Amino acid sequence: MFDPLIHLLDPLRRWLGSLVGLGEGWPLHWPDWALPKLTGAVEEKLRSQPTDEADMPSAGSGRPAKGLDLSRWFNLEVIAPVIVGILFLVGWEVAVRVTGVPHYLLPGPILVAQTLVRDWGTLFPSLLITVQITVVAFLAATVSGLLVSIVFTQSKWIERSFFPYAVILQTMPIVSIAPLIIIWLRNNTFAAMVVCAWIVAFFPILSNTTLGLNSADHNLLNLFQLYKANRWQTLIYLRLPSAMPYFMGGLRISGGLSLIGAVVAEFVAGTGGQRAGIAYQILISSFNLQVPRMFAALILVTGLGILIFVSLSALSDRVLGKWHESAVRREN
Amino acid sequence: MPAPVITLNHVSKVYSNGTVALQDMNMTIQEGQFVSLVGPSGCGKSTVLRLVAGLGHLTTGSIEWGKNLEKDAPRGEPKLAFVFQEPALMPWATVMDNVRLPLKLAGEPKPKADRDVLEALQLVGLRGFERSFPRELSGGMRMRVSIARALVTKPQVLLMDEPFGALDEITRSKLNSDLLELWQEKRWTVLFVTHNIYEAVYLSNRVVVMAARPGRVVADIPIDAPYPRSEDFRTSSLYNNYCREVSARLQEAMHGSAQDPYLRPPSAGRLR
Ligand SMILES: Nc1ncnc2c1ncn2[C@@H]1O[C@H](COP(=O)(O)OP(=O)(O)OP(=O)(O)O)[C@@H](O)[C@H]1O
Ligand SMILES: [Mg+2]
Repeated sequence: MFDPLIHLLDPLRRWLGSLVGLGEGWPLHWPDWALPKLTGAVEEKLRSQPTDEADMPSAGSGRPAKGLDLSRWFNLEVIAPVIVGILFLVGWEVAVRVTGVPHYLLPGPILVAQTLVRDWGTLFPSLLITVQITVVAFLAATVSGLLVSIVFTQSKWIERSFFPYAVILQTMPIVSIAPLIIIWLRNNTFAAMVVCAWIVAFFPILSNTTLGLNSADHNLLNLFQLYKANRWQTLIYLRLPSAMPYFMGGLRISGGLSLIGAVVAEFVAGTGGQRAGIAYQILISSFNLQVPRMFAALILVTGLGILIFVSLSALSDRVLGKWHESAVRREN
Repeated sequence: MPAPVITLNHVSKVYSNGTVALQDMNMTIQEGQFVSLVGPSGCGKSTVLRLVAGLGHLTTGSIEWGKNLEKDAPRGEPKLAFVFQEPALMPWATVMDNVRLPLKLAGEPKPKADRDVLEALQLVGLRGFERSFPRELSGGMRMRVSIARALVTKPQVLLMDEPFGALDEITRSKLNSDLLELWQEKRWTVLFVTHNIYEAVYLSNRVVVMAARPGRVVADIPIDAPYPRSEDFRTSSLYNNYCREVSARLQEAMHGSAQDPYLRPPSAGRLR
């Protein structure tokens, strides 16, 4: 699948290599998927060696073991977007300086960075508050989504009766119900925000996991029925494992959504004080026309979002990949 | 004198969408018989197997189980095992865990279960692959795992729905002779669905031909050839004659049902 891509990218790689001054051999290693193509002949020889059982696609068996884990990071996939980013920032800074746009309209990246460092003392604690809201809401959404979807799959009637309300919960714009929730929970703003973020994050987990639990292989379901498995056995040994990839997909979506939910709730609540989140800082900065500070806060929120996505992706890879390994270890 | 194990009495099955999958089907299978069901696609072979396995409700009629069988279920059926057309393995579990599944569901203690699993794997020739995952096996090996899973409960009745349909000819004939050897040793009662006439004749001591729309039995041909059947049997004239006969009945069944299903009474094509 990637083969044509490699041919296209190869000249670009050489050019970039010469540009950075590391010579044509740069980057040292291609990402994994390119390997069979490049070292095809060698791999073939390695494969036909007698060890029949050890022939499973174990990671990096054909990879030259140079012990340079760093080289993973110096490949095109990582370098190219970084270069684009740097060019963009430089262009931005130059444009701001040349056109002389005032700071309160568009600050340059250097000013934003300076502001970030200067206001770290107020911004970072706010970020932590947002992290708390997001994490609590996300965990609540995960647990409740999983439990509700399990209840749903126990009876078609329960699912049919309640699923529409889950959809309604999902389609109501969070901005419009957030004030209501904040009024109801006025004594506990933190809880109010968690509830708002939970509402946004709940549905993807629910719908994905329900789909996953229902998509167990029908032959296997027949088999379980034939061997008179009870509900619990079918759930634990068949439905939950089948739902795992779907559940993980739901987690990845909901992770980002709970952050969005938290930010929206903070905006609507607009409360300051000790427990003000990062969105409140953005709000305040905009009132005061502190645009560089807004940008700095924005960077923090975005960074948090990326962090959430990356860690959930890693978790997903780990769980779905480890699945097998953990089973093997249980054997003896 | 062998006793009847499964008796289908006037069994009809109408699916909820109105499809008449089976109409007034009668069939008796004796203990220790290897019976093959052949017939055109959609004639209700899988439906028969599913009904026998209790995976669906009869519309009318009944299925009775032999009297002198060791029963393990409230429905009064003997120990059944089902092999599907696809291996139907759990991709997240090792070969060992896949085969152990029926025992785990029955709540058997693990040390005993493990012994049985190893024995079943030995039977299908998969010792040494206990810790492999289904994705690491070939199609034929996956089918063997599926068969091992069926055998691990030491069933009395084995239901197989085109188990080798997706395999190449070489693997298929290897698994055929392996299966036959095991059957002679264990003396299960086997109900085997296939669309391959040669396979049916080679394996069975009875071939039941079905016709479609509505699904019914049109011929019941005993294969009187002694076991063990070697590879030579596949080239003998006896074998060829049987194949020709089954093939002729099958042709009749297909034309009879495809062209004028209502011109002849349902029992006219039945040869007993
Ligand atoms: N779940 C179902 N709902 C409605 N109709 C069904 C269902 N399962 C099977 N049928 C219909 O019943 C008839 C018999 O189906 P069955 O699967 O038993 O055929 P078969 O003989 O096994 O065919 P094949 O050789 O292609 O597997 C077909 O006409 C099919 O369309
Ligand atoms: Mg079928």
